[in-house]
Amino acid sequence: MHPVRKQRLILVSLLVVLSSAAIGLVTFALRDNINLFYPPADVVAGKAPTDRSIRLGGMVVEGSIERSETDLETTFWVTDYEASVAVRYSGILPDLFAEGEGVVAEGTLNEAGMLVASQVLAKHDENYMPPEVAAALEGKSAPTAEPVLP
Amino acid sequence: MIPELGHVSLIIAFVLAIGLATVPMWGAWRRDIAAMNTAPSLAVGVTVFVAVAFVLLTISFLRDDFSVAVVAANSNSLLPPIFKFSAVWGNHEGSLLLWVLILSGWMTAVAYFSRGLPLVMVSRVLSVMGFVAVGFLAFSLLTSNPFERLLPNTPLDGNDLNPLLQDPGLIIHPPLLYMGYVGLSVPFAFAIAALMGGRLDASWARWSRPWTNVAWGFLSLGIMLGSWWAYYELGWGGWWFWDPVENASFMPWLMGAALVHSLAVTEKRGVFRSWTVLLAIFAFSLSLLGTFLVRSGVLTSVHAFAADPERGLFILIFLALVVGGSLLLYALKAPSVASRVSYGAVSRESLLMVNNLVFTVSTVVVLLGTLFPLIMDAFSLGKYSVGPPYFNAVFVPLMALLMPFMAVGPLSRWREDSTRRWLHELLVPGLGVLAVAILLGFFGKATFNIWIALAVLLAGWVALGVIKDAWRRLTSGVASGLQWRRLSPSFIGMSLAHLGFAGVVLGAVVVTQESEEHDLRMAVGDAEVLGAYRFELQSLGQQAGPNYLADQAVFEVSRDGESIAVLVPEKRRYFASGQIMTEAAIDASLWRDLYIALGEPIGENAWAVRLQYKPMVRWLWLGSLMIGFGALFTVLDRRYRSQAARSAAPQTGAAAVAS
Repeated sequence: MHPVRKQRLILVSLLVVLSSAAIGLVTFALRDNINLFYPPADVVAGKAPTDRSIRLGGMVVEGSIERSETDLETTFWVTDYEASVAVRYSGILPDLFAEGEGVVAEGTLNEAGMLVASQVLAKHDENYMPPEVAAALEGKSAPTAEPVLP
Repeated sequence: MIPELGHVSLIIAFVLAIGLATVPMWGAWRRDIAAMNTAPSLAVGVTVFVAVAFVLLTISFLRDDFSVAVVAANSNSLLPPIFKFSAVWGNHEGSLLLWVLILSGWMTAVAYFSRGLPLVMVSRVLSVMGFVAVGFLAFSLLTSNPFERLLPNTPLDGNDLNPLLQDPGLIIHPPLLYMGYVGLSVPFAFAIAALMGGRLDASWARWSRPWTNVAWGFLSLGIMLGSWWAYYELGWGGWWFWDPVENASFMPWLMGAALVHSLAVTEKRGVFRSWTVLLAIFAFSLSLLGTFLVRSGVLTSVHAFAADPERGLFILIFLALVVGGSLLLYALKAPSVASRVSYGAVSRESLLMVNNLVFTVSTVVVLLGTLFPLIMDAFSLGKYSVGPPYFNAVFVPLMALLMPFMAVGPLSRWREDSTRRWLHELLVPGLGVLAVAILLGFFGKATFNIWIALAVLLAGWVALGVIKDAWRRLTSGVASGLQWRRLSPSFIGMSLAHLGFAGVVLGAVVVTQESEEHDLRMAVGDAEVLGAYRFELQSLGQQAGPNYLADQAVFEVSRDGESIAVLVPEKRRYFASGQIMTEAAIDASLWRDLYIALGEPIGENAWAVRLQYKPMVRWLWLGSLMIGFGALFTVLDRRYRSQAARSAAPQTGAAAVAS
């Protein structure tokens, strides 16, 4: 075979093998590892699946944080001002996690409709709001006059 | 007055950058020597005025001029001076100014070190970089002016710098990272200039190679510092989160890794030319994409800060212009520069091709995972997030695939080699590494850990290739003694980088497999055992800092009844913002880190505490340092220094003819 053609054949076959391997890996990995985001209203309406991990986002309801006295378990409610969902988390919460602040919790819903969170993300600076939370809260306003959202 | 001067200075820089983007380019087209000769002076002019603007902004920060909006938003009179200085780039506007400052620094460096290059080439390169500078200066002036004033409503004091950024790591992390990001504009400019001239030859590759290595080295160091900072500052003890902002810096790095290797082939053998050009274009485009992702705040990220969609749109348009323009130029010009050199299936060229394919595919899968949520959202298909398991599942096997080839690469010959020779070189030592890997798989435990064994095998294999290669260079062809002079800087740099890569892989696997973490409630007097270590909470106290008040917990760590460290993690409350910050306490060593972070207080005299044992976590950063410094070291190679002198001769000749 002509050397240049042989070279091309090697290149093309390598490309085919590698890219099919990569596509296989990607589809396999994506299948289980993406989480869909749901605002509390959708969860309460029963639109969220219970058999897989989801992301829930909104504001932490004022006065809803309950910490255990003996271990690291914490429960709190997340709201989009239409509906609220309870979240249970065992572990250390982020520094900027607080009542009346935006939060995204990742985990699975149990039979009682409570989200058992494996991870809780809070915002990273005073002005930042996770885009999903901002979108979920758009057009809805806090029942009280406190400046929760611009 | 000072901020206004800064603003004017930035506008002057913008005007000069427009000159740089147009006049030398026109000159190169019309072969007008005078127009082309303006390039270096215009580049220096842009640098000077951007530097003046930067210094004036710094002065505003140091003098607590809260009438300047960014100072009021990101500084405070109580902030320690060193952090007032780093606060200059601890915000969107200032960091953009730093971006432009570093870009113009690279332009000046190109103007200075490329005096030996053909004038047409230099003027085109600088002009392309000038175009990039125009884009970013316009971005700065139109959407994020760092000198905007708050008059007459000047606040009495500032909002303070985000406490997360009040840290020594953050003083040097952004400048280093930007050196890398922006540095990739140099090979990009060289590639565009070469496409315009229709000349993609070995000398083009030799010119852009040292620049690429330096930029990529800085990018490695910047990413390494970011990972280290996240480890000790965020209080989670993680070192890589596959966060969109991390990916934004990692994708240009992966592309850059492919480019560094592909340039080697182009320089030595004259093949892969159009591919190399394409890589240079993609690497810089990914830098721009990274800037877009970070600066627009379109993605949910632990690193994302408050953002403004208008800014995102601006960078997106600029990105489309750069990528679209360069790909169009590539489509028009690349066919004419294809090479006719051939090489065998078993050769160094083929091995480097494997490297390039693996790195390109890795970039694509990381890009896919990063952009997937954006794409789904854009088509209203739901709000997704792609987590670390995806990235680990696709990325780790790809890197594992790369490593077997990595050891053979440096040992192999260009053009035509034989697998028998490779076997002869590597079989016996390879079996030795296999035996060690199986032994170390036990890692002091009764159960065999296959992943650690694999990591030791692959990392050992790579290290073996490096050692074998060095030994061959030192001894071959001489009866006795070692030929140290045969170890050229580029060889040492490459070996260092490869060993560093092996170290990173080993550290990553061991720390992932063998880490132990306990989150628990601890009261004064409580003790907890983690592996061989006993952590006892001895006392709680408070300590005031310059701009914060800290709750402290004093831990004594002992092993076999012997005290080895006293660790004092803190929980700080910053006065100005009221923000709470975890300050982890770490006892670091080469083989293991002990890590304590405080959560929140639970009842009386007790805290939620995170205790961690992290074996070999330092190898990650030491390895990355070796990669970065290895890449930087290659520029000391004599062939890059003598090249300036060599190509100076034809250039003066051409100038003489032209005049």
